[in-house]
Amino acid sequence: MGAACALECAESGLRVSVVEEDVIGGGATAAGMGHIVVMDDSEAQFRLTHYSVGLWHDLAPSLPADCEYLPCGTLWVAAGGEEMAEVIRKHDYYAARGVLTHILDSQSLCEAEPNLRPGLAGGLLVPGDGSVYSPAVSRLLIERAQKLGAGLLAGRRVVALTNGSARFGDGETLDAGVVVNATGTAAPQLTPGLEIKPRKGHLLITDRYPGFVRSQLIELGYLQSAHSIASDSVAFNVQPRRTGQLLIGSSRQFGQHDSGIDGHVLSRMLARAIDYMPGLEALGGIRAWTGFRAATPDKLPLIGPVPRFERLYVASGHEGLGITTSLGTAKLLVDAILHRPSAIPFEPYAASRSVSVHA
Amino acid sequence: MPEHSDAFPRQVRIYINGREVFVSSESTVAAAILTAGECVFRRSVSGEPRGPLCGMGVCMECRVRIDGAPHQKSCQILCRPDMEVITG
Repeated sequence: MGAACALECAESGLRVSVVEEDVIGGGATAAGMGHIVVMDDSEAQFRLTHYSVGLWHDLAPSLPADCEYLPCGTLWVAAGGEEMAEVIRKHDYYAARGVLTHILDSQSLCEAEPNLRPGLAGGLLVPGDGSVYSPAVSRLLIERAQKLGAGLLAGRRVVALTNGSARFGDGETLDAGVVVNATGTAAPQLTPGLEIKPRKGHLLITDRYPGFVRSQLIELGYLQSAHSIASDSVAFNVQPRRTGQLLIGSSRQFGQHDSGIDGHVLSRMLARAIDYMPGLEALGGIRAWTGFRAATPDKLPLIGPVPRFERLYVASGHEGLGITTSLGTAKLLVDAILHRPSAIPFEPYAASRSVSVHA
Repeated sequence: MPEHSDAFPRQVRIYINGREVFVSSESTVAAAILTAGECVFRRSVSGEPRGPLCGMGVCMECRVRIDGAPHQKSCQILCRPDMEVITG
């Protein structure tokens, strides 16, 4: 997120310094799947993801091989008739907004993804979606920003942000016209009052099995999982990587701050994946890990000036869509800084909005 | 009384890259592959040749395809009759 914002600032002619305590593309960026996806949880979420996926399409031709851009599409899998109705609704919603999708019946789903269990109702293929290797993209965006003159302060720890100023652990300060807090789940520590909470997730990566999965597969029940705020949840979510490896997710837990693997949640997650794709059981997993999504109560990010501060901005709270929406967020952020008109309405994401919990 | 009256382990026939090879049934697949004169067990992501290193199921370098299943640790699996092993 910070890397995308830094490049957009630099490309817009602003002088930029990036402060990174750890490594570029670490944290949630390194832990996530790198899925580039249009989502329609709400109209505002659709607009930001759709806008951003378009920006990814513009960026993709210039991404080097190590960014592993894969235009694999997303295939939303419907288990039964009720979810098939959701496929139709989703198709119509996307079509009305200019996003191409294909409805798959039971038979064509089997042909598209032969390793799914037989008897599933169908699915919706969104061919414009894809995936990237996010840490490599982050490095690339920072390098491009540096070529435009941006500075990188690596290994420095920011302990406080104020209006137009950052204070480091050693007491030194850095003054700027605008300071942007793009620190994911750490954002409320630096800017108290931001309604961002960590939402823990698990992922597992397998050995290389080229062709085992063709598109990023997500159960439509995922929406229930992602919506459930109160309890731990798992959903079938498998992504093919350029290397032939498979990333298997997903889990969501609130109230967890320990980054250790929760064996019970990991088992539930894998059992869910094997339920949809029985052949996964025979494949070899290499590594499992966890990460923390920066979640807001209304499932929309916080972008723009922090209330009561004109020169302290935030770009966080993107939950599981940080990579997808990083490019659109960067545009909106710089539009706000420079008082430029935005390509999409800015208000739904404004950090100054009143964020309430929708149960 | 031992199961086999002869003192020698049984010979089994396996196929390595389609080639018929006779090895002891107590032989690991890795040993059988080396005996057959193959040394490239698999290729890394960048195409480099790889072969057994640790011999105890930890390093993952000796993986081969066995009876259609990819990424099998050849140093941990004993030869079975008519097993089909693909390397490289």
